[in-house]
Amino acid sequence: MALINYATREINFKIVYYGPGLGGKTTNLRWIYGELDQNTKGKMITLATEMDRTLFFDFLPVDLGRVRGFQTRLRLYTVPGQVFYNATRRIILRGADGLIFVADSQRERREDNLDSLRNLKDNLATFDLRLPDVPYVMQYNKRDLPNLMTVAEMDELLNPNRVPYFESVATQGIGIFETLKEIAKTVIRKF
Amino acid sequence: MLIDRIKLFESGFQAIKENIEKLLQQSDAKAVLLVDRDGNLITNAGETEKIDLESFATLAAADFAATSQLAELIGEQQFLTLYHQGERDHLYFQALARNIIIAVIFDQRTTLGLVRVRVKHAAQTLSKILEDIFGGQEQLAPEEEARIEDISKDIEDELDRLFG
Repeated sequence: MALINYATREINFKIVYYGPGLGGKTTNLRWIYGELDQNTKGKMITLATEMDRTLFFDFLPVDLGRVRGFQTRLRLYTVPGQVFYNATRRIILRGADGLIFVADSQRERREDNLDSLRNLKDNLATFDLRLPDVPYVMQYNKRDLPNLMTVAEMDELLNPNRVPYFESVATQGIGIFETLKEIAKTVIRKF
Repeated sequence: MLIDRIKLFESGFQAIKENIEKLLQQSDAKAVLLVDRDGNLITNAGETEKIDLESFATLAAADFAATSQLAELIGEQQFLTLYHQGERDHLYFQALARNIIIAVIFDQRTTLGLVRVRVKHAAQTLSKILEDIFGGQEQLAPEEEARIEDISKDIEDELDRLFG
């Protein structure tokens, strides 16, 4: 949850990337890490298996600098997408100020996207929250691959609340910062 | 989520800071840190120059969260303390009120026993202070509240500048 420390003049926001396994959540963070200046980013933490699958989470702090005297920071997390890591997903989700749902646009991942979205709703329910109550945006990733669902199909399937969505190719950085900027602004407007 | 944002004010923060400094001295530890369960660093004292504090706070919170799940599996609500023994430096964590964790880094200058006793004592005082702070007993001056509410536009401008 957002922390405002008036004594040290700091504000922190927590943003969580959610979505099915191998959907591109970690790739989002790696791209952001690669693009930002040393002054703006902190150390990226990755708790992954030997096969480079997220085991617990990835974490990247992004410093927005001093705004009206307050050091303002976005703390970006990914959850592990694999189905059996739900306990750790719930831990990371706790206290999130905003969410990015990273969906895999490949037609064969349709059910995986749906399962992950359902799982997100279930996990939010354990905190007495409903998805429409939480600031979130959609990211339709892997738009460069063959056999894709159309954006309209994905929106129909995954975005009943009609929140903003972004097409992306995380491996090439397409749509990455647009998505992050939108969720950050959404969170801050509700602040 | 947003409804639960944590606000820390000057007087509460100073009371926390003083108690953290006191614990550092009384336990002969290298460093003492206070973090919340979301991985936010609240304050620290001692030899922390060589530590990546942001990473430390995040991983300490994650460590606590993971072991809390382990605790639940064996029928405990949570583990109140955690101890990690290294070759030279060791870590001792203690859960406080309001989802705050105290983390002590110590070496051969002291002992686990002393750290444990001092932390237990400090935890009582700190938990009381945290209950007062998060129990909403302290209010922000109206002009400061307005200043914070007004900050959103400036943060948005900063996001545009950084992310294009």
